[in-house]
Amino acid sequence: MTKTTPKKRYGMVIDIDRCDGCGACMVACSLENNVSVVPAGAAPHRGLTWIRVYSVTNKKEYPDSDTAYLPVSCQHCGNETPCVGVCPQSAVDVDPKNGIVSQIPERCMGCRYCMVACPYHARYFNWWDPEWPEGTEHLLNPGVTPRMRGVVEKCNFCHGRHHAAQERAASEGRSEIEPNEYQTACAEACPNGAITFGDLADKNSEVAKLAAGPESFQLLKSLGTEPKIYYLTQRGWVRDMATRTPLISKGQSHD
Amino acid sequence: MILTQRRTTILFFIIGLVVAMLAGWIAVPAALYESIEQPLGFSHVVHTSDDAGMECDDCHHLTSEGGFAGIPKIAVCVDCHEEAIGTSVDELKLVEEYIKPGREIPWLVYARQPDNAFFPHVRHTRLAKIPCEQCHGDHGQTETLRPLKRNRFTGYSRDIWGNDFSGITTSPPFSMKMSDCVDCHRKRGVRDSCLACHK
Repeated sequence: MTKTTPKKRYGMVIDIDRCDGCGACMVACSLENNVSVVPAGAAPHRGLTWIRVYSVTNKKEYPDSDTAYLPVSCQHCGNETPCVGVCPQSAVDVDPKNGIVSQIPERCMGCRYCMVACPYHARYFNWWDPEWPEGTEHLLNPGVTPRMRGVVEKCNFCHGRHHAAQERAASEGRSEIEPNEYQTACAEACPNGAITFGDLADKNSEVAKLAAGPESFQLLKSLGTEPKIYYLTQRGWVRDMATRTPLISKGQSHD
Repeated sequence: MILTQRRTTILFFIIGLVVAMLAGWIAVPAALYESIEQPLGFSHVVHTSDDAGMECDDCHHLTSEGGFAGIPKIAVCVDCHEEAIGTSVDELKLVEEYIKPGREIPWLVYARQPDNAFFPHVRHTRLAKIPCEQCHGDHGQTETLRPLKRNRFTGYSRDIWGNDFSGITTSPPFSMKMSDCVDCHRKRGVRDSCLACHK
């Protein structure tokens, strides 16, 4: 897919030890990206969210018990991106200039092959027509198109914000945006500052420094997908669980 | 004998070709697109003439955030047309039906793109220095507003698909399809990934 060397590599570092599982990132993300509300009583796995906070425990009795919260969104895999390879519609691509993995709903035919291929369960299917509770329509973001029933959606690093930043930069005559002009909604919303977003290719950025640190790791690293989301923790059991075993079988999700 | 047969064959081939071309280039598009008149007559020539002395960006300007204002609101028209200037039918209609009740004019936009297309005018006009006419043609020099040709099935304007089916026209406006955007982006070496233009 990649034609040229990426100029930018947008990525994220999430500090698990700072995350208390409040779910503010999930709310902020849904509001920013016009994620619709599924009907009441829907099965948990049919819900829509671009970032899901998983809670994992070390399965020990008190006083040794411990719980960790892992916000998991699309990991924006940099190598052999699993969803790209399986899509029969070419509805997914990796932007060669910034590394963001896209999902184009208008091309998606809803086969959900990508959801099967994604090792992180970061993709969600629209089982219903998009709907919002009455009176909340004015909260919709005009910079993001809502998805229709029958297509897959996922995190795209708040690309509507990237567009807006580019437009503002162009109005000042600049073709490139400054690092502080583009932030994701989840990083902004986190009350504990657990999420750091930025350009991993820029060695001086905070996100690159944190990702290169000794406490950082990637989910299911052994698969070789090279996710651009890094996690930080000082707790050994969290690291072991997250890097070796599939999340869904060990963890329980917030629904 | 054989020669006559061959001539007949060629004749029928040519007749068939002409019929197919007329059907494909004229009859089908004519049936596919419905023609809708604009709510009000408007002359760009009169407004940009020396008498009125307006510039293009008096109405079609960029906002401070870089967005494109598009067609101006009625508030811009009120500046000059609070009372009728002259006695033309359209002028009286403007004042009576729109300005006095404070209603916006429901203009039909020839270049309206689907909602999922992100087109920042500012990047194209200011950074790439593409003139408005390259996409919109000589719309700024027209005396009347042509009717909007709207696709009966999709609701999109024919300007998106383009008026030139043969591909031999060399003057703008060209079509505004995704392939047109991609062609130009690749030629200039700018981002051509899905998310570059889709929101």
